[in-house]
Amino acid sequence: MASETTAAHGAEGAEHAAEGGSLVFHPMDQFIVKPLFGGDTIAWYTPTNVTLWMALAILAIIGLLVLSTSKRAIVPTRMQSIAELAYGFIYKMLEDICGKEGVKYFPYVMTLFMFIVTANFLGLLPMSFTTTSHFAVTVVLALAVFLTVTVLGFVKNGAGFLSLFWVSSAPLALRPILAIIELISYFVRPVSHSIRLAGNVMAGHAVIKVFAGFAAVAAISPVSVLAITAMYGLEVLVAFIQAYVFTILTCVYLKDALHPHH
Amino acid sequence: MATETTGAVGTCVDSHGSAIGMPQLCFDWFPNQIFWLVVTLVVVFLVLSRVALPRIAAILAERKGTITNDLAAAEDLKAKAVEAEEAYNKALADARAEAQRIASEARAEIQADLDDAIAKADAEIAAKAAESEKAIAEIRAGALESIKLVAKDTATELVTALGGKADADAIAGAVDARMKG
Repeated sequence: MASETTAAHGAEGAEHAAEGGSLVFHPMDQFIVKPLFGGDTIAWYTPTNVTLWMALAILAIIGLLVLSTSKRAIVPTRMQSIAELAYGFIYKMLEDICGKEGVKYFPYVMTLFMFIVTANFLGLLPMSFTTTSHFAVTVVLALAVFLTVTVLGFVKNGAGFLSLFWVSSAPLALRPILAIIELISYFVRPVSHSIRLAGNVMAGHAVIKVFAGFAAVAAISPVSVLAITAMYGLEVLVAFIQAYVFTILTCVYLKDALHPHH
Repeated sequence: MATETTGAVGTCVDSHGSAIGMPQLCFDWFPNQIFWLVVTLVVVFLVLSRVALPRIAAILAERKGTITNDLAAAEDLKAKAVEAEEAYNKALADARAEAQRIASEARAEIQADLDDAIAKADAEIAAKAAESEKAIAEIRAGALESIKLVAKDTATELVTALGGKADADAIAGAVDARMKG
């Protein structure tokens, strides 16, 4: 359904270009949120292309982690190996950074990683809608991490959590200044955490669309297609690396909540 | 179809259906995105924590257990193989020693038999030799007597032929004296 609407939209974009008679770029149109079943208003409950692509992400995760392991084979099939690799990858990351106490938060961290990585890769399909390119999505993810870490830090350590901002290894005179810097950097965390993910994904997708706009000119279309191919390869890397970065930063922040002392 | 589904025309989308500015900053859409994101995260979390992660953990644990068991079994079998080899070597050494013992026993027996036979033969030879010596001595004694007799007879005949009177005792004494000389 979404592909139909996007296709329809793409056709319309082409019409615009024809009307204008010159190069017309709409690199940001791919990020427009649309109702799935027509209508003009987008209320909080309206099923939109966001709903569709998040549902596809859920299905992909179920296919990858649940269906592939349904045989519970001792000698794994390829798909089961992927599920086991993903599990081991995040589990080891969490254990290495947070230690044994961090392991009980594994389902939360795994949820974040699996959602981001599948959403990123689904966003690489042509005509798709990339949910992780929206600040609304990544900010909620980052704020969830930020609030969890802050609450957990105070619950686990009480006022001792504030020692995170009091660098005891620095000279006494410097400590208040450092405390202010640490405090600011602590509150900037969710901003950088969310904008890094959405910004990377959005920029790559927009650049591909810009190159695609140039492909309409015969003289430069081979260069344009080559550039799209190269960008796409880069985007595949970015899709994984950004999910990885988001997850590893989550682990690092979680470590601060569990062990606030420098 | 195309015109109906272009979506909400408003502050974020112009009349052609293109984005005005960054769609990421369109606040009208935030509640919708946030709502569906929360729904998605809850579903993913439930699927992972209830089904996927326990299952994968069980598979990994089972595999680890299987590998550990197999390694232990392999270790056992290896120890058994070493044991069997030792038993084999011991049996081989025993058999070799037994064979050697039997061979030496047989050799000793044969040697004893041989020694017996040799001793018996030696004794027989010695007896035969003594007998022969005795016979030879007898023959030698017999021959001396015969010579004496012939010499006496010849002497008597010679004395008679020369016209003497043969004195048997004198002749016998003369012959004996000559024979001794």
